[in-house]
Amino acid sequence: MERMAIGKAINAGLRAAMERDPRVLLMGEDIGALGGVFRVTDGLQKDFGEDRVLDTPLAEAGIVGTAIGMALRGYRPVCEIQFNGFVFPAFNQITTQLAKLRARSRGRLSVPVVLRIPSGGGIGSVEHHSESPEALFAHTPGLRVVTPSSSHDAYWMVQQSIASADPVLFLEPERRYWEKGDVDVDLAPGQVAPLHRARVLREGSDATLVAYGPTVRLALDAAAAAAEDGTRLEVVDLRSISPLDVDTVARSVRRTGRLVVVQEAPVFFGAGAEIAARIQESCFYSLEAPVKRVGGYHLPYPAARVEEHYLPTVDRVLDAVEQALAA
Amino acid sequence: MTDAAAGPPRDPQAPQEAQYPQDPAAAQPMVQLLDRHGVRRTHPEHEVDLEPEELLALLRDMVLLRRLDTESEALQRQGQLGLWPGSRGQEAAQVGAGRATRRQDQVFPSYRDHGAVLARGIDPLHILSVFRGVDHGGWDPATTGMHPYTLVIAAQMLPAVGYAMGVQRDGAVGTGDAARDSAVITYFGDGATSQGEAAEALNWASVYQAPVVFFCQNNQWAISEPVSRQSPVPLHQRAAGSGMPAVLVDGNDVLAVLAVTRAAMDRARAGGGPTFIEAFTYRMGAHTTSDDPTRYRSAAEVDAWREKDPIDRFRTHLRAEGLLDDEHEAALAAESDAFAERLRAGVREIPDPDPVSMFEHAYAEPHPQVLAERDEFLAAWEQHDEEARELAGGAS
Repeated sequence: MERMAIGKAINAGLRAAMERDPRVLLMGEDIGALGGVFRVTDGLQKDFGEDRVLDTPLAEAGIVGTAIGMALRGYRPVCEIQFNGFVFPAFNQITTQLAKLRARSRGRLSVPVVLRIPSGGGIGSVEHHSESPEALFAHTPGLRVVTPSSSHDAYWMVQQSIASADPVLFLEPERRYWEKGDVDVDLAPGQVAPLHRARVLREGSDATLVAYGPTVRLALDAAAAAAEDGTRLEVVDLRSISPLDVDTVARSVRRTGRLVVVQEAPVFFGAGAEIAARIQESCFYSLEAPVKRVGGYHLPYPAARVEEHYLPTVDRVLDAVEQALAA
Repeated sequence: MTDAAAGPPRDPQAPQEAQYPQDPAAAQPMVQLLDRHGVRRTHPEHEVDLEPEELLALLRDMVLLRRLDTESEALQRQGQLGLWPGSRGQEAAQVGAGRATRRQDQVFPSYRDHGAVLARGIDPLHILSVFRGVDHGGWDPATTGMHPYTLVIAAQMLPAVGYAMGVQRDGAVGTGDAARDSAVITYFGDGATSQGEAAEALNWASVYQAPVVFFCQNNQWAISEPVSRQSPVPLHQRAAGSGMPAVLVDGNDVLAVLAVTRAAMDRARAGGGPTFIEAFTYRMGAHTTSDDPTRYRSAAEVDAWREKDPIDRFRTHLRAEGLLDDEHEAALAAESDAFAERLRAGVREIPDPDPVSMFEHAYAEPHPQVLAERDEFLAAWEQHDEEARELAGGAS
């Protein structure tokens, strides 16, 4: 068991993948000598060389487009997109090429590219640095979208993403990079939880909180606060947005009868909408209250001095729980 | 550049003429080995020395490519194809460049590059299956070295550069082993040069000195927009900004295109880096079978280019050289007829895919939501079939 911050755990996971498979390459802006703007790739260029850790020109379409070509040649590129809002210059390559090449070639072409994207806000940053674009990519057939919330998952999920034959968007909870946690680095492959399996982090019987990425910590805090008032909340960490582990969520909701989804992204047409729809389909007769969603508003991400009012908070989560319990 | 920008405002009602470059010679001398009358010229840098059978093979490739175009257009009119983007007029460019690739090279085409596909030895019925709507990819890219057609303009260029970077990493460049050294060629048109991704690809290839050739077929028209709407400067000059050599070649001269592309591919395979080729040609037909070029270009312009027909030109040359006689022509015509018959018969026999196969290749690894949708689809399909049978039974 090793204790490390989430950012460090991703770094260690990348290192392990690169040591295991010489076809694994890292590509991105400032990821070499600087180690990336969040230092996630710190030291990797020094140890693996410039041929495997490529400082690229400043062009996101170029990063993803050339990564596709390298993957077609048999490499396994892991691209760092510097900030969430800067993924959009690459949107064309991601949605028209990366997501579709396998289907277009009837399975003859594989594009095992991983896109690492710092996601979410709460770091007091400028525009385009705090967005949560998961729904855009989850809505694109052909892509997988995952997001770890802990150091342990960060370490293993980045390696599982690299090993996947499909393109994976690996969303890194930006404001949690520095949070420390235990990583069991000695697990055998069969002992690691499957990449797309949700996990119950805290058991409870009164209502289920579903969260992913940066809101998992928030959900746990809310559950702890609720416990002081005698309300027992179950917390499910989704871990994967596409595919979605509906079964784990449904099993929880069948016991609790109530569901609150917590996300940073705008609620409107967000991941919570899909979860709510699927849960009402599969758990209609178990639901004691309408599914509630807590998240960002349908607005461009606001300026840093007001982001605390935009992002979900423990209070907003508990309000939603209260409404669900009152129904 | 400033002169062009300061020119008279464009009258939107006036018919647009393809007028770029007003004088190609003002930009860079155009490499030509056959003049428009089919007379062989020499060039100080670019030469090819081909055996008679190789020359006749080029003619054959061009004749069959044109036949593919003619037949496919007819098949579209008959409802056998959904759409057909024609290649007529671009035979020399596509065959010349196509014949410059080796087995180990990789090709990233756009969607009109049927000559490039044929040059890889791919059955043309695979092209027809794409435009018949049977599948999006057609041929097997892994065994043919031919990436699927890319319909998003310029989107194949960056993957081509990335592939070339992979070739570089594999050490398949500059070894001197002709069977190992590899290059990548990507085909695109004049319209594609306006895309940001095209600029990124040129720059990227140059920064990494990737073994890739950018083969631009300037066919003068991006659907209805003349090349003057895409660029104020000759297209090959775009390469200068990324520090890459560029060649302007007569795209209706199969020998010149072959010579120039071979040299560029050799340079890339040897580790010399990327090259930009502008093949100056003309789209004789419509953009696709859904287009009506009479709305935006003059018959006089098309007639003027018909005079420069790449196949007629090469034929004249071969005749003058005594390599082509009536007997050859008759044999070629018979081969072309048989080729056409095979297309006509073959396209009708391409089976429609099993509808459920659409669920098969979205993901390599299981995706529970897709699997569930597949099951729902199958159940609904079966039930609707059953209901239809019952209805039919009840009516009788």
